[in-house]
Amino acid sequence: MKEFFAMGGYAFYVWMSYGIALVVLIANLVSPLMQRRKLLADIARRQRRQRRAESRTGSRTP
Amino acid sequence: MWTLIVRFLHQMASPQYFYRIAGRLVPWFMVPCALLMLAGLYGGLILAPPDYQQGESYRIIFIHVPSAWMSLFVYVVMAAAGVIGLVWRIKLAEVVAISSAPIGASFTFLALVTGSLWGKPMWGAWWVWDARLTSELILLFLYLGVISLYSAIEDKRVAARAVAILALVGVVNIPIIHYSVEWWNTLHQGATIAKFDKPSMHTSMLIPLLLMALAFKLFYAGVVLMRARCEVLERERNSRWVQSLVEPQTR
Repeated sequence: MKEFFAMGGYAFYVWMSYGIALVVLIANLVSPLMQRRKLLADIARRQRRQRRAESRTGSRTP
Repeated sequence: MWTLIVRFLHQMASPQYFYRIAGRLVPWFMVPCALLMLAGLYGGLILAPPDYQQGESYRIIFIHVPSAWMSLFVYVVMAAAGVIGLVWRIKLAEVVAISSAPIGASFTFLALVTGSLWGKPMWGAWWVWDARLTSELILLFLYLGVISLYSAIEDKRVAARAVAILALVGVVNIPIIHYSVEWWNTLHQGATIAKFDKPSMHTSMLIPLLLMALAFKLFYAGVVLMRARCEVLERERNSRWVQSLVEPQTR
């Protein structure tokens, strides 16, 4: 096991590569998930604001 | 059969339909991707023997080569989608093109960084201005150019057209990257697999490499759909179907 992690003396280079790869893959997954959540929240907020404005002025009847 | 295909294409042209279908497709790419990746890692890190020249350091190949392949593949997909959007004005093609750019950039970055981490112990240098490395760096700049050009133009349809032209011009770089190891005397080693001869690699190393490459392809397919959904949502934010998507459930 210890030998496996040592990678024949190349541990830093090998594990660094795999580590960075993991970070890049996770970032690729998280970024659209966060973006979608933010976007939906933003659209919902605007919708609420618009509804409130409409009900106050009575510009449109439901 | 033909009418079925035409109907499918028509439905896919509807953003609402695409949004729904793409959301349902994502796990079908991501689950096989995870399984293939686990198999590839097991094969590459545990089963495959050390290289007779490079020892254990060669194991970087299982990340480096698939990400480098993907950096080229994603670029070609992006440019092709851009041209389809440019010529036939298909919005979905524009969306796919622009959604591909950040993913391609990240694969290019990964290929460069892992190459650097492999170059240091093998060549004794983190970076050399070798034809392969330089052309791959230019690829990264092309991706970044596409991303910043798209975000710089307010009108998204105009931006998509500008981006498509930039991506198309950049396609010349793709054969340059691929053949750079033959055209110039590079420090970077020549092709191991993508050549007409038999791959000069033992199957115990080749199989995990191909598994990882396939896993990366599926990963791209899944992520590009996720990103495309966001892009569609953003573009369609004022349409009725998006508005009803965020509608409170109490109505």
